Amino acid sequence: MNFFDRFLRIRELGIFSIIVVLVIIASIIDPRFLTIDSWRAVFLAIPLILVMAMGQMMVIICRHVDISIGSTLAFSAIVIGLVFIHYPGISLWLSLIITSVVGLIMGLINGFIVTRFNVHSIIVTLGTLSLYRGLVFIVSGGRQIDRNDIPEHIVLFSQTSFLFSIPAILIFSAIIVIITHLLMRHSVLGREIYATGSNPVAAHLKGINVTKVTLFCFGVCGMLAGIAGLFYASRFGYVNPGVTGVGIEFIVIAGVIIGGTSITGGSGSVLGTFLGILLLGIINVALPVLNIPGEFQKAIYGLIIVVALALDQLIIYRMKKLSVSSNV
Amino acid sequence: MFNKFAIYLSENPTLRYWIIRPEWVAVILLIISIIASIQLSPFFADLAFIMDSATPYVEYGLIAIILTLIIISGEIDLSIASMIALTAVIFGTVYNAGFGMPLSVFIALISGVLCGLFNGILVTKLKIPSIILTIGTLTLYRGIAQSLASDFSLGGYPSWFIGIDYRYVGIIPIPVIIFTVFALIVGFILSSTIYGKQLYLIGTNPITAKYSGIKVDRIKLLLFTLSGLISGVAGVLTTSRLAVARFNMATGAELEIVLMVMLGGTYIFGGRGNIFGTFIAFWIVVILRAGLNVARIKIESQLTILGAMLIIAIILTNYIYAKSQK
Repeated sequence: MNFFDRFLRIRELGIFSIIVVLVIIASIIDPRFLTIDSWRAVFLAIPLILVMAMGQMMVIICRHVDISIGSTLAFSAIVIGLVFIHYPGISLWLSLIITSVVGLIMGLINGFIVTRFNVHSIIVTLGTLSLYRGLVFIVSGGRQIDRNDIPEHIVLFSQTSFLFSIPAILIFSAIIVIITHLLMRHSVLGREIYATGSNPVAAHLKGINVTKVTLFCFGVCGMLAGIAGLFYASRFGYVNPGVTGVGIEFIVIAGVIIGGTSITGGSGSVLGTFLGILLLGIINVALPVLNIPGEFQKAIYGLIIVVALALDQLIIYRMKKLSVSSNV
Repeated sequence: MFNKFAIYLSENPTLRYWIIRPEWVAVILLIISIIASIQLSPFFADLAFIMDSATPYVEYGLIAIILTLIIISGEIDLSIASMIALTAVIFGTVYNAGFGMPLSVFIALISGVLCGLFNGILVTKLKIPSIILTIGTLTLYRGIAQSLASDFSLGGYPSWFIGIDYRYVGIIPIPVIIFTVFALIVGFILSSTIYGKQLYLIGTNPITAKYSGIKVDRIKLLLFTLSGLISGVAGVLTTSRLAVARFNMATGAELEIVLMVMLGGTYIFGGRGNIFGTFIAFWIVVILRAGLNVARIKIESQLTILGAMLIIAIILTNYIYAKSQK
């Protein structure tokens, strides 16, 4: 086994080295990239996507994909925005509970249709993507939730801090990431999710309730998208039924796939996903530094998804070859 | 009585084959949506109006027919809407750069072919699942269109090019005729030629198909390329209808295109389905949209109904196929 093969086995190392190379290139072109301000920009850009990516990663490890999360985010953001209009004094924790319950219900609906009727999750969530988006318009009446409608303490949630001047929103998403890591690596349920993803039939024969595990993944994915809806309202200070969360699902999926989560299920890690999202955040901030217009961002994200998928497939081929040669 | 009928059906496979078919769901839905629309507004029952409302969906319908073939062969292409936008933007850019109209159309179609070929090569050579790959290229192609056109509307076409939806033969607009002829041709190829039979076999069991000497990869590559080419045609048609090309046109069109295929009773896992179903489903979408418009329901709120219909269509089709297999 040569160095290259060993390198391929640690997926996180590959993505980490890409990040390092990108940072070095960007800081050679413009030393301002290494200042604390641009890193602040990077870390303020990612919490929303990071939180959603944790749920999406669980769904993808479980061999499914949920592309309705952008609309779930928008719906929970609109619901909480309407709550703000009528009860401006609502506490942060209560609004957090409301958004997570809204998201959880929407995620469970996806999960229920996928598991009960046994249809491909992408087609189901393509349907709910539009369904939920339509609901956003029906519930809001097409009206935007403005900056004035959102209470001060909710906006401050993403701008103030209680620890080393790190914004509270970032600390909060870090907690979610750590919980997800503990769940995936150190709990029975986490191992069951991996088992279901690598081989649903074998998992079923082993006594794992595949339906329940899948439902759990979709539920958590929806719940985290719901929480991201509160983050959105807090971070951007407005919720627009036609703009909020449109296309965000592809950024999240891009981050998860670059992070080394295999689209065929059963493998992936929280660290990898975090690095994938970090890479996207750095690209986002590095584009103006590298003098690339903002219009190219979507094309670059798309290219990254396709390249990551191709690499993933090549690695699977190589692993198969390796396992054959080691058997001989 | 129902039980007796079920027993009678199980004794007569031919009759059963003709009665338990998902296309009938589409036909029934079509009749229901026509009746509902007429109830909603007395002005609806006007053939010329329905024909006019059909023209914007012809672009989607053309692609839905190719997508039917792709889904029958067990793959899927979700990058279609982005390919419409990309080819339209390339067409606009090339035309504004001073190339003539024929050359611009040619380049737009070629770019569509290249997009489709790219999808096809990655699916057949690298064996990336098409459903996730085309989610990636969906972002990629839309992103390239955005990089090319930025936020500008590319216009300035000659007047003979603009407004293909206002050219009629009798009361039938030309795009509807194009769609119908295309559906007839592809339907004939699928149902009555060896290539059609090969598609069904590939979708039912790709490994058997391969050992039966069918060039599975080559056919799939051809299908993806065709999907790109037809998306290019749709891109040029859309530009002619709107008189401009923008990077964000046909946003979310994959929903309506997939809905047309699913409502038509094509089985999502491949091997079953036909063009007749998709053709009927095209008219369901047209009449549903037109009916909701005359009922003054907001375009965005209509998404709820379309999304729900997609899910119901898949569940119903799966249910009927599960029944017919017993």
